[in-house]
Amino acid sequence: MDDRVILRVGAKILIPFILLFALYVQFHGDFGPGGGFQAGVIFAAGFILYALVYGLGTAKRALPPTAVYVCAAAGVLIYAGVGYLTMALGGEFLAYNVLRHDPEHGQELGILLVELGVLVTVFGSMVAIFYAFAGRRKVQT
Amino acid sequence: MIELVDVALLLLLSVTALAIVRQQNLFAAVMMAGIYSVLSAGLFVVMDAVDVAFTEAAVGAGISTVLMLGTLALVGHSEHKPKHRPILPLLVVALTGGVLVYGTLDMPPFGDPANPIHHHVAPHYLEESEHEIGVPNVVTSVLASYRGYDTMGETTVIFAAAVGVLLLLARGPGPRRVLVNGLWTTVAREEESPELEADEAPATEDDEPKEDDDG
Repeated sequence: MDDRVILRVGAKILIPFILLFALYVQFHGDFGPGGGFQAGVIFAAGFILYALVYGLGTAKRALPPTAVYVCAAAGVLIYAGVGYLTMALGGEFLAYNVLRHDPEHGQELGILLVELGVLVTVFGSMVAIFYAFAGRRKVQT
Repeated sequence: MIELVDVALLLLLSVTALAIVRQQNLFAAVMMAGIYSVLSAGLFVVMDAVDVAFTEAAVGAGISTVLMLGTLALVGHSEHKPKHRPILPLLVVALTGGVLVYGTLDMPPFGDPANPIHHHVAPHYLEESEHEIGVPNVVTSVLASYRGYDTMGETTVIFAAAVGVLLLLARGPGPRRVLVNGLWTTVAREEESPELEADEAPATEDDEPKEDDDG
């Protein structure tokens, strides 16, 4: 491991910026290209880079598989939960207008929440699939 | 000028596709598949579909390539000689391709504003999105609000895909909860150590990670 100092230091410098860029893509999706899906993939790519450079064991200690599985399921729950919340507030399923007094603000809040759900599910699913692929390596060789 | 970019991108796309077909080294084939995705993303940018280009670049060139490399680490880097003659598959592919090209002949001309797709709900989305949703990016307002049901379905599909892959590939016992110093913590259980006892859980802390061969 110690003979790849450039890789390790380079990854350490890059990963925070990758995660930050994912958040930028997430919250800037209303104004430019991007959104929950792209942000989730980029966020997952940051963690996958960490796993590739520092090893699967280290990555699994930083982000246990259980947390990843919970993420994958929680995003769908957040998305559907927003739908039920709008129903509880007297609107139709996923009609965000009722979330705030001002329909436009309600729409903005609703979009923000469902995009968060997409981000969480995509992130969890991508990392879970990567863990599944990478975890088999040791068994075969 | 834009036609020149189109021609150049499509030409590079064809060259890459042919190179992937002819390539015997799977590592090189995976790398060229990544290049193919980046070129597709370029084409989407030329067609003003930046959101799609973004996704293609992140998923096609990024995550897919990593997963393919992970697969190569399991199956080896060189292609085996096929046991069967390539005549029948070639025929099937040529026939399918021919039918698909025949199908495009009935499609309305690309980018024509008179196309039916531009006269259904699209004008409403483009004109009213600013007032109804208040979000400048129409792609986002269509995806998350007008077509919120569809996006929820897509999110569920991604979740289902992850569950499917885990059912097929994830092997051995999953992570588990162990009692460490009076605290319940989750640890990743190593496949090689099924005899690991609950109170030995901290022993996983010092194992040297070895699975970063292509990092």
